[in-house]
Amino acid sequence: MSELIDSLQPRFEGLEPRPSSDHPAMQCPVGLLLPLIECLRDEFSYSLLCDVTAIDWEEESPRFSVVYHLYSVKEGRYVRIVTNCEDDENPSVPSIVALYPGANWHERETFDMFGIRFEGHPDLKRILMWDGYPYYPLRKEFPLAGIETELPDAEIAEETKAKVLPAPMMGGPFVAADGSPMSKSEPRAKDQSWTEWKKKEALGGNDLDK
Amino acid sequence: METQESQVGYNSKVEGDVIVTKVDAVINWVRKNSVWPMPMGLACCAIEMMGVAASRFDISRFGMEVMRFSPRQSDCMIVAGTVTYKMAPVVRRIYDQMADPKWVVAMGACASTGGMYRSYATLQGVDRIVPVDVYVSGCPPRPEALLDAMMKLQKKIEREPSFKSLNKETEEKRIWA
Amino acid sequence: MATTTKEISIGDMGARASAHQDELQGENMAINVGPSHPTTHGVLRLMMELDGDLIKKCEPVVGYLHRGDEKIAENMTYNQFVPYTDRLDYIAPLANNVAYAMAVEKLADLEVPPRCAAIRVMVSELARISSHLLGIGVYGMDAGAWTPFMYTFTEREKLYTLFEELTGARFTTSYTRIGGVARDVPEGWLQKVSDFCDQFLPILEETCNLLTRNRIFMDRTEGVGVISKEDALAYGITGPNLRASGVDLDLRKDRPYLGYDQYDFDVPIGTTGDCYDRYLIRAEEVRQSVRIIRQVIKSFPEGSWYAEDAKKIYAPQKGKILTSMEELIQNFMIVTEGPRMPEGEVYFEAENPKGILGFFVVSKGGGVPYRLKIRSPSFCNLSILPKIAPGLYLSDITVLLGSLDFVMGECDR
Repeated sequence: MSELIDSLQPRFEGLEPRPSSDHPAMQCPVGLLLPLIECLRDEFSYSLLCDVTAIDWEEESPRFSVVYHLYSVKEGRYVRIVTNCEDDENPSVPSIVALYPGANWHERETFDMFGIRFEGHPDLKRILMWDGYPYYPLRKEFPLAGIETELPDAEIAEETKAKVLPAPMMGGPFVAADGSPMSKSEPRAKDQSWTEWKKKEALGGNDLDK
Repeated sequence: METQESQVGYNSKVEGDVIVTKVDAVINWVRKNSVWPMPMGLACCAIEMMGVAASRFDISRFGMEVMRFSPRQSDCMIVAGTVTYKMAPVVRRIYDQMADPKWVVAMGACASTGGMYRSYATLQGVDRIVPVDVYVSGCPPRPEALLDAMMKLQKKIEREPSFKSLNKETEEKRIWA
Repeated sequence: MATTTKEISIGDMGARASAHQDELQGENMAINVGPSHPTTHGVLRLMMELDGDLIKKCEPVVGYLHRGDEKIAENMTYNQFVPYTDRLDYIAPLANNVAYAMAVEKLADLEVPPRCAAIRVMVSELARISSHLLGIGVYGMDAGAWTPFMYTFTEREKLYTLFEELTGARFTTSYTRIGGVARDVPEGWLQKVSDFCDQFLPILEETCNLLTRNRIFMDRTEGVGVISKEDALAYGITGPNLRASGVDLDLRKDRPYLGYDQYDFDVPIGTTGDCYDRYLIRAEEVRQSVRIIRQVIKSFPEGSWYAEDAKKIYAPQKGKILTSMEELIQNFMIVTEGPRMPEGEVYFEAENPKGILGFFVVSKGGGVPYRLKIRSPSFCNLSILPKIAPGLYLSDITVLLGSLDFVMGECDR
């Protein structure tokens, strides 16, 4: 399967194979991304864009990697392309919407979850969270329970006095830390938001059914 | 027609075709036997709700098959499925548009308490934004459980002080038992 | 008295209107088909601009059911995440379970024994029947026909009884585990599936007779929402929608998994790519699924339903756990830390009833994934709406949405 990478390497400087458990995977520098994907689509018939996503490597630098999966309908083969974003604070990569229109929503979702900007995207705005949500949920420093903010609709927020509150984790989900000595690896929440429990303010319905 | 509070002393030979009872009993009897649900079907519980409306677990025998998606014409909002923070204002708006008297059934674990989705995007229980009358547990609850919940709602409606609220401008506090 | 006559020429309203066309044209009407609406596919919001009855622009807003599955996956072991995969495509949960288990097993290069593969195939095909039955029933209901909904739901209830006997739950089953399935097929279950298939085909024919040559249904769906081959591939449409546009892509045939290559079945391919084609393809796929199930039952292998040599991945049997020390420790490690998976990245796609469901798993070792991305078919299927909706009438939108057969739990995760 590395024939593909071998045939592409002389044409694209900086392309490297990437260890993968299944399909051929390539590490590609940001500048070569668009020509590489265009070549794969036109010459090697990778006609279906399966997925565009990203990985947050937390402490490593470069921090964000954008991952593309392409599938060739004619030959029944996959390929994975991974690009590292150069900037850790404001990551950005070029957008492939011009090559695959289906990437439009995928890139919006990656922007929504990670904050990675796609240059050249026609309408980059949030898709899964509401416009105006201040955080990027899938970044590793964002807690699973969430951070307190306002409800998306100001009228309803005023009427019901409800807010976006962190979920009460109560010590869960129960997963033991891996590899440490048995006495220390009791199952506990990986997420430290386990000591708070917000009482439900709307209990009793007294304020609400007037 | 007997309810817990009304004493119907009825002897057809003496009284003929007349029953004497309380106004509450009549109003509540009418209301509970034709609760028109507004299905707020959001996720998997909506499939079980559709199963309740289908022919095996017929909800039509309770008079509740009129699942119009119009809030103005319905009595009970069945919140079936996970309510996310993005959807919460929509649920509240639709609740506000329903005409009195109205009830809410929180169907399933996600609507009651957030269920197994303890995350940044899920409202931990729809009772944070609307007052709930009956909670149904289960993920998803069996259709029989939903029917049981509707029957409990009917019993709750029976006990409401409806006549007083018809006369007053503001509604009396509902029974939270 | 002198009379004066004056000639006034007004002309008819049409002539006057066309003279002032630009002023009378007005603005397009912005209409919001809000998140809560009668098409039972879930919480999808469509912001549309209409010129009278004609749609000029249509922008779907998704995310009303985004529950944070991918973030949850980073905090849970592989087996703990299986119930969340149920609720992705909540109409065919067993197919999602199977796809997820296979994706994670690929990390460890684990092959399941033949009996487990046969169980998984059968369960996936039953889930496909269930999903397409709902698709057809609800599609008819959207177009105005109430009876197919009742018929298909009765059949689905029979399927639910079968699932309940096998897994314990009617539909959110959580049946597969990493390395196998949760429990073996009970006694007599295969016979019940075979009986179901025998009595089901005539009822399917009866249901389809109500819709297939129905004049009203055909008028509403033929020629509506045509998706061309190039568009379908460019936007990432998969599953019956793609096959209706004429592209022959079925992962069960092109990249067979779970032993699909030993079963003999056809893949229906459409010609025009309109809503009517999509409906016909789904009906035909149900028949092919019944064919596969019959073959699986006939050649059902003996053996174990889980990978017995995967000691650190699949928990041992309860009897052994309660009596032997080593099995107790193994079970403890698998339950608390999760099945031990090696480091690596995998991307696995399975042919789900709605399309191609893909899981991208990045593991840094241990029992908890580092990143799990779910490539959902409904997300990609919906992205073509801004392209094909303009030019249709408002009443065609229900038919179009019904034919795309998406489910929001999967789209928003």
